[in-house]
Amino acid sequence: MTVGSEGMTRMLWLQGASCGGCTMSILESGASGWFDELRQSGIDLIWHPSVSEQTGDEVVELLEAIRDGRERLDLLVLEGSVARGPSLSGRFNMLAGTNRSIYHWLLDLAPLADYVVAVGSCAAYGGIPAAGINPTDAVGLQFEGSDVGGALGAGFRSKRGLPVINVAGCAPHPGWMMESLLALTSGDLGADGLDTVGRPTFIANHLAHHGCSRNEFYEFKASAETMSERGCLMEHLGCRATQAVGDCNQRSWNGGGSCTKGGYACIACTSPGFESAQNYLQTAKLAGIPVGLPTDMPKAWFVALAALSKSATPRRVRINATADHVVMPPGRPSDKRSS
Amino acid sequence: MTRITVGPFNRVEGDLEVRLDIESGRVTRAEVTAPLYRGFEQILEGRPPLDALVIAPRICGICSVSQSIAAAAALRQAMGLAAAPNGILATNIAHAAENAADHLTHFYIFFMPDFARDAYASHAWHSATAERFTATKGSAAREALPARARLLEIMGIIAGKWPHSLAFQPGGTTRAIELGERIRLNAIAASFRGFLERVVFADKLENVIALSTPDELDSWREGRGGDFAHFLRVADALSLNDLGTGPGLLMSFGAYHDVDGAHFRAGIRTDAGEIEALPAHRITEDVSHAWMRETSLDPAESRTVPDADKADAYSWCKAPRLAGEPVEVGALARQAINGQQLITALITADGGSNVRNRVIARLIETAQLALSIEQWIKALRLNEPFCVNSGETADGHFVGLVEAARGSLGHWLAVRSGRIERFQIIAPTSWNFSPRDADGVAGPLEQALVGTEVGTAGARAVSIQHVVRSFDPCMVCTAH
Repeated sequence: MTVGSEGMTRMLWLQGASCGGCTMSILESGASGWFDELRQSGIDLIWHPSVSEQTGDEVVELLEAIRDGRERLDLLVLEGSVARGPSLSGRFNMLAGTNRSIYHWLLDLAPLADYVVAVGSCAAYGGIPAAGINPTDAVGLQFEGSDVGGALGAGFRSKRGLPVINVAGCAPHPGWMMESLLALTSGDLGADGLDTVGRPTFIANHLAHHGCSRNEFYEFKASAETMSERGCLMEHLGCRATQAVGDCNQRSWNGGGSCTKGGYACIACTSPGFESAQNYLQTAKLAGIPVGLPTDMPKAWFVALAALSKSATPRRVRINATADHVVMPPGRPSDKRSS
Repeated sequence: MTRITVGPFNRVEGDLEVRLDIESGRVTRAEVTAPLYRGFEQILEGRPPLDALVIAPRICGICSVSQSIAAAAALRQAMGLAAAPNGILATNIAHAAENAADHLTHFYIFFMPDFARDAYASHAWHSATAERFTATKGSAAREALPARARLLEIMGIIAGKWPHSLAFQPGGTTRAIELGERIRLNAIAASFRGFLERVVFADKLENVIALSTPDELDSWREGRGGDFAHFLRVADALSLNDLGTGPGLLMSFGAYHDVDGAHFRAGIRTDAGEIEALPAHRITEDVSHAWMRETSLDPAESRTVPDADKADAYSWCKAPRLAGEPVEVGALARQAINGQQLITALITADGGSNVRNRVIARLIETAQLALSIEQWIKALRLNEPFCVNSGETADGHFVGLVEAARGSLGHWLAVRSGRIERFQIIAPTSWNFSPRDADGVAGPLEQALVGTEVGTAGARAVSIQHVVRSFDPCMVCTAH
């Protein structure tokens, strides 16, 4: 990593067609706050639209100085999709005060950065703005859904020779974002540390299912049937955690949560194209069998194992699966409570 | 006359452009542009109704719970349901936590750093203010951000995660709270109260919300530590009660509904200071100056069709009007309509809303929310359900009206053959930062900016920044 005279990594954070949620998430990072954490990590946040003092023409001057090579840019972070429309004009998302679209600013600035990071599934793949008829021609920085390309093109490489690093998620865990940024600045994250859609493998080598607190119910195919029940959410309520990458259930969100702990399905928000699904909280089935089975498990095996495990489901697990409170606590078979 | 453009306008949620006509160092006319359009209303059309619970919250990362519960309220109407009382309480706790976190984020991260700017270096109060509030470097953020993160741990327990949770359903919330979790919620609420009483107010919350007149507020703040008193001193030194006067009419949809009704009541407050019932059927949206094609004025019947080349348009934001009038929404409106004594007295004394009173209303509300969160946690009945079964949605027109931190938020849903036929959203900043309407009447911020002194600083004038940020705009919600 290039460092400046102050020895700090210079990071510019921009927002495209964004909800701001990735910033709201990362503001939860750090025991003494994100700003302190950045300083301690040697990162100088040269501008961020939500938190920086500089506004108006001070910002335009900074962006022009980077574009003209007068200011160095180590990390360029984008939050939000790149709205290319209408007709590649980018006018659905202008950078105020510049008479120029975010799309065109990104085309200028991205080649000048050592590393380009897409935070959130919008910046990575297009995300929610790309759903349905995609009114704004929204794409990710280097992907359009799961197809490589996007705003910058398949061949884009930042100055350090890396494609865009995609910290997917909607919104991503603050830890995913900070750890990815710091792995880049420490030189520990290279092209071999990314999966086929640009996600850091230290996150993407896990499934959201791993560590799920409902795992006992999953093992026995003891399923919740309606919202707020305690059972597995995969069979009826749309959960895609067995197919979606992320260590969601191995770390805590907001001090102890996760989607499945919260009682609702994983909607695979780290996956390209998650926005195109429908009926998120219902499991699509064919002949009574969920369509979205674990990707690396033959269907026949899954069906056979499910039948076997259902036949062996302990009463406690079966009863608790369709209750919102624990109605039968764990206990030895001789306990009166579990008889 | 000179015309200046202010932008990118940061430390608001999203991006904003403001064009000002200046004569003799004062603003004579303002045009407010929402420069981002994403098309959520178009994206929602044709989908299964419950998909709104996934899509609509993602309009906004700072008030996603508000967006969730507006969508859930419209869907609840479509299903003819009553939510489980525990689910309503859990929703209120999470919603209050989000709104309080928003108020803190606004005060510490967005608004106060302007007073640390070099433009004020000659003022006696500047050095202490700069030490405390300079953007990203001041001492306040080191206390406020961890307090915010701790408060949002309420989301980990009730909602799984924040932002963008699916916990808020038409029938209630998706997880029952157990005893240990209630104890943890209590601990978070106590920690939040501690932060407010130690850092923000330097006093008991009960004493803060008991303040009822401008004189009481003045004597309370004398010699007091804490960031609220610090703001009040700066506000007086800069006469912020003369800055950014709003259009007059205030509105609230009512907030934190439970089985007994709304904790903050719905209504309007007229120029004359009368509190009246909310004429919700008289809400319209005008697109004369928006890059949108004409459809219906009624949000229940209208669609959103962008037209980037439309002449005379200057914003992606439509212009919502109530009985034809522009309306200010937000914490100040909510508190005034609910009859909060101090806010009512300040509005009366100052002749309306202004920069100082908007900030005071937010902080008073934060103190109230901390107390309400404590009460709602106590009221949970742990052995009873948190969610009732959602049924099928009926075809027809439905509406969900809630209050986000920034003011009134409405979702108008039309269902046909089990699919979303139309979905229209009017967000708080759509009201506050609306462009002109067909009669040429300016939106609330456009009116509030007129008269602002910019002196020789032009686009760099800090006064403009104060007026704009006093509304706590959320531009990503505005045009959505």
